[in-house]
Amino acid sequence: MSDSPNRMTSYWKKNLRTLLVLLSVWFIVSFGFGIILVEPLNQYHLGGYPLGFWFAQQGSIYTFIILIFVYVARMNKLDREFDVHED
Amino acid sequence: MDILTWTYLLVGLSFVVYIGIAIWTRAGSTQEFYVAGGGVSPLANGMATAADWMSAASFISMAGLISFSGYDGSVYLMGWTGGYVLLALLLAPYLRKFGKFTVPDFVGDRYYSNKARVVAVICALFVSFTYVAGQMRGVGIVFSRYLEIPIEWGVVIGMCIVFFYAVLGGMKGITYTQVAQFCVLIFAYMVPAIFISMQLTGNAIPQFGLGGTLADGTPLLEKLDGVLADLGFAEYTSGRKGMTDLFMITLALMVGTAGLPHVIVRFFTVPKVKDARLSAGYALFFIAILYTTAPAVAAFGIYNAINSTSEKNIAELPVWVQNWQKTNLISVDDKNGDGKVQYLPDPATNELAIDKDIMVLAGPEIAKLPNWVVGLVAAGAMAAALSTAAGLLLVISTSVSRDLVKTFNPGISEKRELLIARVAAAGAVICAGYFGVNPPGFVAEVVAFAFGLAAASFFPVIILGIFSTRINKEGAIAGMVSGLVFTIGYIVYFKFLHPELNSPDHWWLGISPEGVGSAGMFLNFLICFLISKFTPAPPQHVQELIQQIRIPKGAGAAQNH
Repeated sequence: MSDSPNRMTSYWKKNLRTLLVLLSVWFIVSFGFGIILVEPLNQYHLGGYPLGFWFAQQGSIYTFIILIFVYVARMNKLDREFDVHED
Repeated sequence: MDILTWTYLLVGLSFVVYIGIAIWTRAGSTQEFYVAGGGVSPLANGMATAADWMSAASFISMAGLISFSGYDGSVYLMGWTGGYVLLALLLAPYLRKFGKFTVPDFVGDRYYSNKARVVAVICALFVSFTYVAGQMRGVGIVFSRYLEIPIEWGVVIGMCIVFFYAVLGGMKGITYTQVAQFCVLIFAYMVPAIFISMQLTGNAIPQFGLGGTLADGTPLLEKLDGVLADLGFAEYTSGRKGMTDLFMITLALMVGTAGLPHVIVRFFTVPKVKDARLSAGYALFFIAILYTTAPAVAAFGIYNAINSTSEKNIAELPVWVQNWQKTNLISVDDKNGDGKVQYLPDPATNELAIDKDIMVLAGPEIAKLPNWVVGLVAAGAMAAALSTAAGLLLVISTSVSRDLVKTFNPGISEKRELLIARVAAAGAVICAGYFGVNPPGFVAEVVAFAFGLAAASFFPVIILGIFSTRINKEGAIAGMVSGLVFTIGYIVYFKFLHPELNSPDHWWLGISPEGVGSAGMFLNFLICFLISKFTPAPPQHVQELIQQIRIPKGAGAAQNH
């Protein structure tokens, strides 16, 4: 009964929740730390980097990569759990 | 051997490789021509996407752009990488499951309307053409600068090469050529960056070098802030643009990246939904190697440039400054006649003009690297320009042969469709070449706006097409048209009709024309919702289609109709 409507709704809801969490992080590191909060964060330092500047030119990009790989792992697991995976 | 010989040798060698790959992988069917047969591995697709994405502008100009804008340059770094998160999470897996060849295919089927499809084709052609014209110009400039031939000849040679493998190989040829081009361009970018980082900070990894300390123990960025402030410039690590504007530009670049047809189409080439997600991750990883190095190259470059010229005797400037003065990329004009160079913010007294491209182009000489590295950078810049141009040309030819001709003549044979695709690709190369040789004055500006237009047109209707079952064709068409018209209107008003008003005081809510695509996107979303609310819901078969693309199971190879 892999494609019963209820199960699919619950798969879709879990997918949306994953997206919500990951996109919140995406927003916070770039628009949050890199733009809105950049001045206060620049009071702190990471090595020779002011912290806000680091987020804007380095940290946000590293976080983006991690986000995609977390998403891949999470969705592969979810696909199997709901038996909607390929092969 | 001298620089020119090395350049000819390395560039020539890289061309032989590209053409060899093109012959070896030429396309035999429309399936292979449009989506490389749908059998590309996620890793290879990731590399090809990265090469497709990183243009001559990313390779040559971006670092210099950051050099002179400091923190504000972050909009490009975040904007052109953050879009891949949206692409991976919101678009790529579902469009791959949908399993057709193009973005207008999706728009046309999801919104059950050829009108919607045609609007999407027009958007795709507009975005791709503006973008490719800029690329061909880039190809010409790279050729002329390194091979010391006129720009026109550079464009023509570039056209021949792109023509050869895009027209012959289609997506299959392009994909495997791009894998090779990625390797060339990333190697060429990293070598000088690593050596300059070692010289300045003693750290071989440029990403750490940027946060490292100079020989005298002060952190590089702190020193750079001080040096710039002493000369009267803004500090490197603090912003000059308004926060709203930074926010809107970054958003427009991110969303535009996710909405660019030549990027989206790359995710149709992998075998599975799972692979589409993964290959977006690989693509961003490969892109990030260059994008996290660029800010380091930027800071090293401006520091070196100021340090080796400011208040120095003109007769004793370093050799690289003297060499590049011949190309006018750097020029010294001793206005006050004191025999020294003054680098100042006021154009009336400033004696040093530095072109942004020099930060990358002069890298090997600043780092005192051997001549072959200069040849390598030339081959890398060429790889960046050619790979992007080829990807765009394919989108243009596909749009014509498939989205226009095939839609209105569904009965044409596969062989004929392939022929039309090739002829369209050839036509597009010639057209792009023409604009490369005779660039309309506004090309460079329009390329930046291609992102805003993609953000305001495609992105909302694709997202809503997947995540809402209620949005219908009336909403989608109205949304795309209003987003596009609003964005073009705003840009045309400030850039072409009233350029004298183009300043923060006159902008609506302080949003510059570069960032207005974000506002266009919100408008598109809003109109989509409102119109759909008051018009009938999509028919049953479309509702089922949406349910189908939401689950990975059952994705075959990309299908013909």
